Amino acid sequence: MFELSDYGDYVTAWCPGCGNHSILKSVKDALFKLQLPPYRVLFVSGIGQAAKAPHYLNANVFNGLHGRSLPVATGAKLSNPNLTVIVESGDGCHYGEGGNHFLAAIRRNVDITIIVHNNQVYGLTKGQASPTSSPGFVTKAQPQGVFNEPFNPVQIAVAMKAGFVARGFSGNEEHLSELIQQGIQHKGLALIDVLQPCVSFNKVNTFGWYKQRCYMLPENYDPTDRNQAMLVADEWGDRIPLGVIYRNDRPAFEQHFPFLESGPAAIRSVDMRALKEIVKSYS
Amino acid sequence: MPNTEANVLIGGEAGQGLVTLSQILTRAIVRQGYYIMVTQSYHSRIRGGHNTYALRISTSPITAPKENVDILVALNKETVQLHSGELSAGGIIVLDEALEIKNESYVSVPFKSLSADKYWNAAAVGVVTEILGLEMTGVEKVAREFFSKHSPEHVDANMESFAAGLDWMKKNDLKFAKLASAELKEPRIMVNGNEAIALGALSIGMKSCFFYPMTPATSISMTICEHAQGMGVVAEQAEDEISAINMAIGASFCGSPSLVPTSGGGFALMAEGLSLAGMTETPVVIVLAQRPGPSTGLPTRTEQGDLEFALHAGHGEFPRAIFAPGSVEECFWLTRKAFETADEFKIPVILMTDQYLADCYNSVKPFAIDQLKTIDVCVPEPIEQPHLTYKITDSGISPRLLPGFSNSCVVAHSSDELVVADSDEHTENGHLTEDLSIRAKMVEKRNRKFTGLKSVVLNPESVGPDAPDLLLVSWGSTKGSVHEVCDNLSNSGVKAAYLHFSQIWPINSDVVSKILNKAKEVVCVESNSTGQFAKLLRRETGFHIEKTILRYDGAPITPQHIMNRLELGTKDV
Repeated sequence: MFELSDYGDYVTAWCPGCGNHSILKSVKDALFKLQLPPYRVLFVSGIGQAAKAPHYLNANVFNGLHGRSLPVATGAKLSNPNLTVIVESGDGCHYGEGGNHFLAAIRRNVDITIIVHNNQVYGLTKGQASPTSSPGFVTKAQPQGVFNEPFNPVQIAVAMKAGFVARGFSGNEEHLSELIQQGIQHKGLALIDVLQPCVSFNKVNTFGWYKQRCYMLPENYDPTDRNQAMLVADEWGDRIPLGVIYRNDRPAFEQHFPFLESGPAAIRSVDMRALKEIVKSYS
Repeated sequence: MPNTEANVLIGGEAGQGLVTLSQILTRAIVRQGYYIMVTQSYHSRIRGGHNTYALRISTSPITAPKENVDILVALNKETVQLHSGELSAGGIIVLDEALEIKNESYVSVPFKSLSADKYWNAAAVGVVTEILGLEMTGVEKVAREFFSKHSPEHVDANMESFAAGLDWMKKNDLKFAKLASAELKEPRIMVNGNEAIALGALSIGMKSCFFYPMTPATSISMTICEHAQGMGVVAEQAEDEISAINMAIGASFCGSPSLVPTSGGGFALMAEGLSLAGMTETPVVIVLAQRPGPSTGLPTRTEQGDLEFALHAGHGEFPRAIFAPGSVEECFWLTRKAFETADEFKIPVILMTDQYLADCYNSVKPFAIDQLKTIDVCVPEPIEQPHLTYKITDSGISPRLLPGFSNSCVVAHSSDELVVADSDEHTENGHLTEDLSIRAKMVEKRNRKFTGLKSVVLNPESVGPDAPDLLLVSWGSTKGSVHEVCDNLSNSGVKAAYLHFSQIWPINSDVVSKILNKAKEVVCVESNSTGQFAKLLRRETGFHIEKTILRYDGAPITPQHIMNRLELGTKDV
């Protein structure tokens, strides 16, 4: 039996009031509720304020490069499928620098859970636009306001038939914890896009701004209806839906490698007899 | 008198069945006990283009390709136009009568009357079998194996064409001496450099290979993919090379010895990941199969132009090792060595090959698989609790633990067994730090691995008299050519030696300086235009090699190229 405290309690480098604190709390709560042993969980992150999150809890951690957390997590999971692999990084990391990996990861459908801290701004580099910033959002890098159409990760994921697509809000920790638990339990790639305020660099999408717009998908909402999910995923602006927006039961990528059932790579012996036959075939 | 050697060049368009023709002949030749070296030259396209296979066959061991052609098998006019000038004295040209190139010395084969169109290459196998004087039933057996994937009618039609070609040639008198018979002393296999790398990786216990296809590295991954399920290897085509190396790092972090094969452009994309492997101290093996650059360059040709890039790729300072196999056999053994080195020192290791060696087939002894060790990633001794991923040690190497495991690969059972790795500068426990004194200690820790790496370096192969008049210096794929040149020079009374590097980083400068200083004249031979290796040696040893023999037209360095430069003073190309 693990206590909540087994998942760690650390001093962070985040601003007071940052949504990251709540997300971290929800992540720990989800691990605790699922009673996952910290030493069988691997967090992989990139670079950004969000990517520091794994340093503030007890688990295995690989804090890699900006945008590259998904490939690292993919390699890790395929090497040791017994690990619960959770990827945690920001909107810049996943949707900007790592955009190609995001698309490929959805297609591949490895059994990993992606938690995206989406605050619609770059925090670590002090306030440039992110791929999810709204048009007109003024920053020092975009003094005339953002020209580009924002990236809608949830709708892209639904369009690509991701197995589990959810949106949470740092202002609703309990709900977010539930989404993370469901995401971890889903066999295949799970995307949880988490809206969060950045108190220092985003004065538009504040806690109040989200609070006013976010609503819970109703009990009778059917997340397996993809057409409906596409419409729900398109909602943004005055009303922003929270919850599991879409799910399906696509087989996880690992199922294509039957030998993974015999255990992690580290303990799988090399079949030298088979190799000998292979070498012979070159004669 | 029978020939002890023959150089057969088969040329034509892609799609004409060159591969089948060459492979049947090659395989049969190897089984009949001859030594063989097959080099390929091709255009970057699937159909058309001019492609050649050069089969150098000998009754004694050979190490390099040859430029003069004894038998030119021309499947199209272009082959005749491009290569008739390469014909040796007494050489012959075999071509299709339908090409209507009239010359009395040409062997014009009436393929149309011998076989249906699509089986003509089987007929050509028959013709060449008879010209070379190969043992007919042996070739027939290989051909049958080869065609057996097709339907029975196809096999029969192909075999009939083969017999028709053979019979036709028998009936036509030819003034070309047959090959002396060879004796098969021990079984040999026929692999190219890339296949040898793939087999080497499988033999050491590689468990994952991530790649994005890029010529001339692709066939490494393709060979691994072919055997992946059976060997329990995850082989996955990544979305790009950035992903490939990051996947490999993630896999290796969790206990899979991992390989990423690529060429220069892909390696450029991997530079950031290379640095990540250096910082996180994650073992990873990168194969850099070179082709001429810059940029897209000549995709299907050869060059050794990425040496300085491989030495310096990746931001920041971190130890690395670079191997460069000098033969197909070395491709196998040095791939193993690359994995061992990466695992022992927890660093990225680069294996540099090039298109010439990648595609070069050689008959080699079957690798003694039974006697080979595999990498064991499980730490046997009990770990310090809590585990410190980056524990500061004298060697700079920290005891390694895999996430999710305790020592000896028992499943983890305590939060003292957490593994934390970071691309930021970090403390011993792997968490990010901005403490400058820790930073300095970590830099020194990583650098200390270099001392260990130097102590196990593969010294260059030094062959020939102790104080030679001429010392040829080379690295990587040019070894065979340099070797042959030295043999020839020695036979003609020149006091020649060679110094060949199959590990190009780090370099043991004391050992190397001594050898360089003893020679009267030193010449560095390499496939690039700026003499990158000569510069590296100068930096490391202070020895300035003034004379270089370079080649940068995309063709491999042949013994003849070196001899022309040495004797005739021809210019580099």
